[in-house]
Amino acid sequence: MLASMATFAIEGVDSREVTVEVDVRQGLPVFNVVGLPDAAVREARERVRAALLNSELEFPQKRITANLAPADVRKAGPSFDLALAGALLAASDQIPTNELGRCALVGELSLSGALRPVRGAVAMAAGARAAGFERLIVPVENALEASLVGGIEVQGVPDLRSLVELVNGRWTPEPVTEMSAVDAEPVRSLDFCDVRGQSDAKRALEIAAAGGHNVLMVGPPGSGKTMLARRLPGILPPPSFDEALEITRIHSVAGIASGSLIRQRPFRAPHHTISPSGLIGGGSIPRPGEITLAHRGVLFLDELAEFSRVALEALRQPLEGGGVEITRGQRSLSLPAAAMLVGACNPCPCGKPRDNCACDQVARTRYQQRLSGPLLDRIDLICQLEPARPGELISADALERSAAIRERVVAAREGQRARLDGTTATCNAEMDAPLTRVHVRMSARVRARMLEGHATTGMSARGHDRVLRLARTIADLDGRDSVRASDVDEALSYRMSSAWRAAA
Amino acid sequence: MTACDDCLRRAQLLRILAPRIAELSTPRARGARMLLALPDIELVYTVAGSRAAEVQAQLEAFDPRAMREEVVRAHLAATCRHDAAYPERLLQLPDPPAALFMRGDPALLTGVSEEPAVAIVGARRASTYALEVAQELGRGLAVSGVTVVSGLALGVDGAAHRGALSGNGRALAVLGSGADVPYPRSHRELYARVARTGLILSELPPGAGARRWAFPARNRIMAALAEMVVVVEAREASGTLITAEFAAGLQCQVGAVPGRITSAGTAGSNRLLVDGAKPILGVGDVLDALYGVGARPEPPPLRVALDPIGRAVLDAVEAGDSPLDACVHPVKDVRAALGRLEVLGLVRRDGLGGYERTGLRCEPA
Repeated sequence: MLASMATFAIEGVDSREVTVEVDVRQGLPVFNVVGLPDAAVREARERVRAALLNSELEFPQKRITANLAPADVRKAGPSFDLALAGALLAASDQIPTNELGRCALVGELSLSGALRPVRGAVAMAAGARAAGFERLIVPVENALEASLVGGIEVQGVPDLRSLVELVNGRWTPEPVTEMSAVDAEPVRSLDFCDVRGQSDAKRALEIAAAGGHNVLMVGPPGSGKTMLARRLPGILPPPSFDEALEITRIHSVAGIASGSLIRQRPFRAPHHTISPSGLIGGGSIPRPGEITLAHRGVLFLDELAEFSRVALEALRQPLEGGGVEITRGQRSLSLPAAAMLVGACNPCPCGKPRDNCACDQVARTRYQQRLSGPLLDRIDLICQLEPARPGELISADALERSAAIRERVVAAREGQRARLDGTTATCNAEMDAPLTRVHVRMSARVRARMLEGHATTGMSARGHDRVLRLARTIADLDGRDSVRASDVDEALSYRMSSAWRAAA
Repeated sequence: MTACDDCLRRAQLLRILAPRIAELSTPRARGARMLLALPDIELVYTVAGSRAAEVQAQLEAFDPRAMREEVVRAHLAATCRHDAAYPERLLQLPDPPAALFMRGDPALLTGVSEEPAVAIVGARRASTYALEVAQELGRGLAVSGVTVVSGLALGVDGAAHRGALSGNGRALAVLGSGADVPYPRSHRELYARVARTGLILSELPPGAGARRWAFPARNRIMAALAEMVVVVEAREASGTLITAEFAAGLQCQVGAVPGRITSAGTAGSNRLLVDGAKPILGVGDVLDALYGVGARPEPPPLRVALDPIGRAVLDAVEAGDSPLDACVHPVKDVRAALGRLEVLGLVRRDGLGGYERTGLRCEPA
C-alpha cells in the first residue's frame, strides 16, 4: 500500500517542501530509501525501524520503498525521520491517512522513539505556511520557535507514540506558550563605562551604532579595541519583532538558537584564520557564513589585517548589498547579510605605541596595504586609539554608561525609521543612492563644504555617498533635520584616514 | 575674458580640417607643427588641396556667435591671443594657438606669467616607479605653489595630476581633444577633479574628438606654458620627447629622471640626460632649477576664518600634542575641526594616523 507525507528541507535560510512516499508490498523484507539521500538519511531506516519497535508499533516484514521527492535534490540530515515513520505507519494501516492531509511533519527520531529537535524549525514553519499547510508537527523542543512564524498551527510532539495518539484523536499537545522569562536580557551585560579613555573611539562607535555604519578601530594592542567592540551590542537598539524573527530563523538553521525568540542582536567574532566560505557561507550543501549569522547585528573582525585577502575581498559584495549570493553546482542561494562590520587592527606590524614604533615606512605601508581600497571604501568610520594614559586608568570619575548612550542611539534610529518608513532601508547605512539624495538635505553652503572635501581627498562616488550618510547620522544624533557643515566636517574626518587610504 | 571673431574662425578651421590633418602628419608630427604656423588661407590649401574651395565656403558660413553660444553650453570659457587673459608665454611659439578653450579656474592660466609652472610628462605605459616619481613630483611641486602642467594621459600624466591634487595644488591639464571632452575616457573622474580645482585647457573647439596630430600639437602648448619640462620616463622616439624638443626651442628648461640603462622604457629619458638635460632626483632639483639653488618661495598663506575650537585644535597639532587629548572640547567638535583643517590642507595624517602640521601658514581672513 502507498502513503505519502510532507516534510521540509533546509536550503540556505529557507526551506523547500519534500514529499516522502512509502510503498509497502509483499516481497522479501527490505527497506530502501531513494531520492538522493545522504548518509544520514539512509541511516534513517535503522532509526525508524528501532523507533517503531520500541514504541510498540509494528514494523512490517515486507518490501518497503521510500522515495523523497523531488528526487533530483540532495537530501541531507536526520529531519526527515518523522515524516518517513509517519508515511510508513500510514502505508501499513497503523494510522488513518486522511488525518494528516494538510499537515507537514519534521523531526529526528531516536531509537527509543523519542523525538529530537531539528535545525531550522523557523524556516520550515515559514515554508510550510507559504506552501499552504495548516498544521506542522515538530519535536516538542522546536514547537516554540516554529510557532513564532504565526499563521500555522504548530504541534509539539515528544515521541512517536504521541504522534499516533494525536492522529487517532486520543491526545492533544499543550498549546505553545511564549516563555518570556527565559529570553529576558542578561541582568548586567558588558558596559561602556568599563573602558577608560578612548573618547574618540566611543564617539565613533556611537555614531556607527546610530546609523548602522561599518567602523574600523586602529590602535596598538591593549588600547581597548576588543573591549569596545564587545560592548557595541549593548548600545544597539533592540531588534524589532521582524528583525528578531529573522535572527532566530538564521540561528535556528545554524543550530545555535536557544529554542525561543532571540531578542538580542548577534555579535560574531570569527578568528582571523577563517576561510572565505566560513565567512560568507558555502560548502557543497551551502550553509550560512559568519556574515549571515551576524545579520542585523555585529560582525567583529579582530586583527583585520591578518585575515586572508580572499576572505576579506569576499566580504565586499555582502557589505554593499546586505546579502550574499552563493552558487554551488546546480543551485544558487541568496542569504541575508545585513550586518555591521567592526574591524580592529594595529597601526603597524610591530604594534607598539607611536613613540616606540620600530617599523619603517615600507613595512608599515605593506601592512596597511593588506586592506584593499575597495574594502576600506566600504568602511565609514576609521577611528584612532592611543593607549590609555595612566591618569585615565586610575581615575575614579564615573564614565558614561551604555544605557545612556543607547538612549541616544535609539532616539536617532527612531528618527531614521520614521524617515525611511515604506522603503527597504531601516537605518541610514542601508540607504541607497536615490534615498541618500532625497534624505540628506543640506544648504548650498554645506554642499560646497562637501565638494571641497571631495576634491582634496579624491574619494569615489560610493565614498561620497557614504560621507553623506554618515553626516546624516551625526545630525540624527543631535536630533536635527538638516545637515550642518560641522556634521560634514566630522564625517570627513572619520572617513579619510589618509594614511590607510593612501596605502590602499 | 573673450575671444575675437578671427581667432574663433581659426578654431573652427581646425575643427573642419582636423580629420584631414591626421592623414598628413608624419609619425613625429613635424608636419603638424609647421602647419599650424600657416595663416588660414594657406592652411586651407595645404591641407584640403583640391577641396580647398569647399572648406573655404564652410569657413565663410561660420558664425562666431554660434560658437560663443556653443562654448557657454559646454560650460567652457574662451580666450584668444588678442585678449589680456592670454598668457604671454604662448606668444614665444612660432605657431601660438589662436583661441584657447578652458574649464575650471582661469586664474591658473594668467598665473603662469607670475608663478612658475612645470610640465611633468612621460610615457602612458609607465613603470610603477615612474608613476610613483611623477606623483611625488606633482605633489611636492604643488605644495610649493608651482602649477603642475600635464596632458591628462594615462600613466605619468595622470599620476602627476593626482599628485598635484593630493597636495591641494594647482593642476593644469592641456588636452588633445576639446576642453569639454575627457580623454582618455578612463580618466573622466580625474578630469572632473582637475576641472573642479584646477584648469582644463585646449586649443580645439568644444566637442572636438582626440586626433593623432593633436597630441604633439598640445605638447607645444605645455612646453610653452611651463618654465621647465620634466620627463619622468620616455622611450626613444616617443611623443614625450617631442615635448622636450619643443621645450629646448623655447625659454624652457628640460629635466629628466634617470632610469635603468638596460630598459627600453627609459632609453629616451636617459638619452636626454646625456644630451644635457638636468638630472631630476627629487622635487628639490626642480625647485633649485626654478628659483636658484636653495632658494624657495614662501607658500602663500591660507586666508581662512577659523572658529576658536579650530584654532585650539590647530595649536595643539602645531605643538605636537594629540588634539583629542589636549583639547577640552567635546570629541565631536574636535573631530569636526580636524576634518575641516585636513580639507583645508592645514594638517595631515602621519603614517600611523596621528595628525601633523603641514607647511601651509594660516592667517585670519
